[in-house]
Amino acid sequence: MNEHRIEIVVNGRKRTASVEPRKVLADVLREDCELTGTHLGCEHGVCGACTVLVDGDAVRSCLMFGVQADGAEVTTIEGVAPGGGELSDVQAAFRDCHGLQCGFCTPGFVITVRAFLAENPRPTDAEIRSALSGNLCRCTGYQGIIAAVRQVVRQRTGLPPGAEPPASDIRPPSVPVAP
Amino acid sequence: MKPAPFAYEAPTTVSEAVDCLASHGEEAKVLAGGQSLVPVLALRLARYEALVDLNRVGELDYVRREGSTMVIGAMTRQATIERDPTLRAAIPVLREATRLIGHPQIRNRGTLGGSVAHGDPAAEYPAVALATDATITVIGPAGPRIIEAADLYDGPMSTTLAEDEILTAVAFPVWCPGSGFAVREMARREGDFATVGVIAGVTLADDRISRAALALFGVGATPMRFRQLEGELLGADFLAVDPTDFGETLAQRLDPPNDVHASTAYRTRVAARLVAEALDAALDTARQETTS
Ligand SMILES: Cc1cc2nc3c(=O)[nH]c(=O)nc-3n(C[C@H](O)[C@H](O)[C@H](O)COP(=O)(O)OP(=O)(O)OC[C@H]3O[C@@H](n4cnc5c(N)ncnc54)[C@H](O)[C@@H]3O)c2cc1C
Ligand code: FES
Ligand code: FES
Repeated sequence: MNEHRIEIVVNGRKRTASVEPRKVLADVLREDCELTGTHLGCEHGVCGACTVLVDGDAVRSCLMFGVQADGAEVTTIEGVAPGGGELSDVQAAFRDCHGLQCGFCTPGFVITVRAFLAENPRPTDAEIRSALSGNLCRCTGYQGIIAAVRQVVRQRTGLPPGAEPPASDIRPPSVPVAP
Repeated sequence: MKPAPFAYEAPTTVSEAVDCLASHGEEAKVLAGGQSLVPVLALRLARYEALVDLNRVGELDYVRREGSTMVIGAMTRQATIERDPTLRAAIPVLREATRLIGHPQIRNRGTLGGSVAHGDPAAEYPAVALATDATITVIGPAGPRIIEAADLYDGPMSTTLAEDEILTAVAFPVWCPGSGFAVREMARREGDFATVGVIAGVTLADDRISRAALALFGVGATPMRFRQLEGELLGADFLAVDPTDFGETLAQRLDPPNDVHASTAYRTRVAARLVAEALDAALDTARQETTS
């Protein structure tokens, strides 16, 4: 069989698997690692349900093959809670703000929000909407999800979202360039 | 759906990658960020005997200045281009365009080389390459060669690269001081490919236009430049240019596609407006650059 042996660190734990190259990372996580929190909606990059962190970056795990993750560190929804039955602040905010109904899209949203707020802790509303644009939800109408992100920003910074201009809005300096 | 089986090769150098591709012949395909190729495989629109994955070829991931160009390796991620401070200062249009590509999760994997090689007629990077007069370096069994952006595309998602060639880098000329660029696009939803997109660039010298570039995407089989109309801008006082008129004139030369996303008439109207806005904004930026 055309199988490759791979080693991935998933949520801090080393996992090995023997996979066909065509098996996408999402299926490796779900079937070989038995971590079914990562959901597959469209399987072709449109819905964002399968979002996981690979070496810290939010990516679509349906658009990456498991063999490509050999040697990488992956964080899935199973790895975001602090443990002992507690929720992470992002998860708790989704619950508080009605950020989920059926929950199918939620793992992808939670991972996306976690990566987004790590990079931009004080986003404006426009930036929050933009950051969520790659995740589809068929239930909530998105308002509760946006409210959840705003709640996390308030809790973490003590300020309302967008209280300070985020660095990304500052115009780049012009520099002298070669003729 | 799931992709059909394929053999997987993960070379670590460019020369290994060239050999790998050559040894499989036409049945192999290069895999970069996978953000266009994997959907094609998953939907079974195509199948290949082998994929040659460039993700472990470290020498293709770089941004560096070479004389008056910024050279970017093919495997540089779109997210890296979005954040790179040197690029932001030297080729601001690249960052502006990058932010319009898909979503953060797409840009974390998608690469410059993949986007340019894929050549979607509604994609941003091919149009930026065309507007800035970029050059593309490719390498095959016969060695490297350079292709002008203007000679790269010969149809929708079709390039003049041979099947055994790999795109290794794109060199973007740094336009001289007093230049301004702007990107404007209309997409149905944030992150979608453009229904119509425009990139405008101008250089001002003593308030007169000394260089101009206009590239449109989403309006034809390939991104398009409008050199004759650009020529009409040259020498003009920047205050004498009427962007709205210019947009109308340019739109008359278009024959954009009529499809489920937009009609020909609608695309033409949108193009006229976006050309006007992009030209206006590019002139403003150039003006600010000359006075600052
Ligand atoms: C939801 C979604 C939204 C998107 N929105 C946009 C958008 O708004 N604008 C936009 O421009 N793109 C968009 N994309 C596409 C994205 O930008 C892709 O990343 C890009 O088109 C291809 O780059 P890649 O690195 O992912 O290449 P891949 O998908 O790996 O490859 C694409 C093609 O290029 C070939 N190729 C790749 N690298 C090379 C190379 N170095 N040499 C020779 N051939 C090569 C491959 O063989 C393949 O045929 C979107 C994608 C998704 C899933
Ligand atoms: S399942 Fe990956 S984006 Fe939809
Ligand atoms: S909660 Fe059901 S799809 Fe989002």
